[in-house]
Amino acid sequence: MIEIKNICKSFSEKLVLDNVSFNFKRGKTNLIIGESGSGKTTLLRSLIGLNSIDDGEVLFDGRDFHKLKIKEKRKLRQEIGMLFQKGALYDYMTVQDNILFPLTMFTEFSIEEKINRVNECLKRVNLENCNHLLPSELSGGMTKRVSIARAIVMKPKYLLCDEPNSGLDPKTAILIDNLIQEITEENNITTIVNTHDMNSVMEIGESIAYLHKGKLCWQGTKDDLINSQNKELNNFVFASKLFKRLKKS
Amino acid sequence: MNKILKHLGKYLLMLNKVFSFPEKRTIFLKQLNLEFKKIGLDSIGIVTIISFFIGAVVSIQTAYNFESPLYPKYLIGFATRESLLLEFCPTMLSLILAGKIGSNIASEIGSMRVSEQIDALEIMGVNSASFLILPKIIASLLFFPCLIILSISIGLIGGWVGCQNTGITTASYLYGIKFDFNPFYITYCLIKTTVFAFIISSVSSYFGYYTKGGALEVGASSTRAVVYSSIFILLFNFLLTDLLLA
Repeated sequence: MIEIKNICKSFSEKLVLDNVSFNFKRGKTNLIIGESGSGKTTLLRSLIGLNSIDDGEVLFDGRDFHKLKIKEKRKLRQEIGMLFQKGALYDYMTVQDNILFPLTMFTEFSIEEKINRVNECLKRVNLENCNHLLPSELSGGMTKRVSIARAIVMKPKYLLCDEPNSGLDPKTAILIDNLIQEITEENNITTIVNTHDMNSVMEIGESIAYLHKGKLCWQGTKDDLINSQNKELNNFVFASKLFKRLKKS
Repeated sequence: MNKILKHLGKYLLMLNKVFSFPEKRTIFLKQLNLEFKKIGLDSIGIVTIISFFIGAVVSIQTAYNFESPLYPKYLIGFATRESLLLEFCPTMLSLILAGKIGSNIASEIGSMRVSEQIDALEIMGVNSASFLILPKIIASLLFFPCLIILSISIGLIGGWVGCQNTGITTASYLYGIKFDFNPFYITYCLIKTTVFAFIISSVSSYFGYYTKGGALEVGASSTRAVVYSSIFILLFNFLLTDLLLA
């Protein structure tokens, strides 16, 4: 479980996160939703120290990340898998080398064991026989799936995804969403997905936090969301004509 | 002044992160090997061409200025050697390499920063500064002196080719390049080169590592890396010359 307590973060004079507290549950796909600029990415980056925080606590199963020493932070980060918005695959490495990288860096497995693990992960994301492709040869959906494979290769306890289906067609986006949810349930890990895609919310939103202007404005499940009377949330969720019609019906 | 101190502090903090023991020796050696190729081997061509023509032009210009029959002809070889060894090869070549290698380092690291590849390294628990920058610095420190030795040799050959039309015999040119040789000049040249290698690789890495934004900022970082590396090379050239030769 990841618990955040009273997180505050500002850039220069601008307050981006204002006293945000939330529990991200284990074995569930936890979603952070909100408009662009509401502080979602800042929150996700603050959880793992890519941004410092001004105040508050981030507890990974009781361990306060921001109070750990540098070496302890690096150790904890080895328990975290992260899927970045643009994939963040290393350009000069093949798909196999990208996924092998954390294994080579942090484990003492033999080469056969490492290759087997890479193949398992590629199979899990339905990308068998892509080992020797370069990131430049992959489509958007394939890049995201390789990135997921790299994130899960070390069997992480925590999986963080920053807008995993941005720039993807609806079918591939749902495929990625379902993959993230299946991996979460199979491995009983704590997953946090940062998104503003309403299809994702309706597909995998087991536990949702809605951020509005840096504040936690609402929390609940996808079923609660449909019936919510929260004005800001409704303006965000039911912004499109399709969703407005769905709400009425 | 505040800004300069802020940059200096950030640069020193980055170096503190860079000079930590590599997490995995095999991966470090693999990276080092890659950098030897990118920084060293890929620069041999440009170093050879530039050194040859600099040597040729220096000898022709020296011959042009030594027209008086009172000057012995071997002084052309002597002056060519001294110019190449003391200034042209270590300083001019370093300025050219700051353009080639410095911009390459800054844009490579900068692109990795804006495409979140450095964040991905950090999330895995890797010391990204050490992983990316240390092999570049070590490769530069080890390979730049070799490039400069090569440059001096090619420059002297260029000087010989250049003076063929100026009426100097090969024998007097060869006598000139051996005349009154002070071995300390080689030490001086290599000390300067090593310092310049460190400046180019670390300053360029600094600008790349702290790039923020997108493609435009990567370009700006790359330009800044070349400009500041060049300024520091000229500054340290003055300081080291004053310290070692004055």
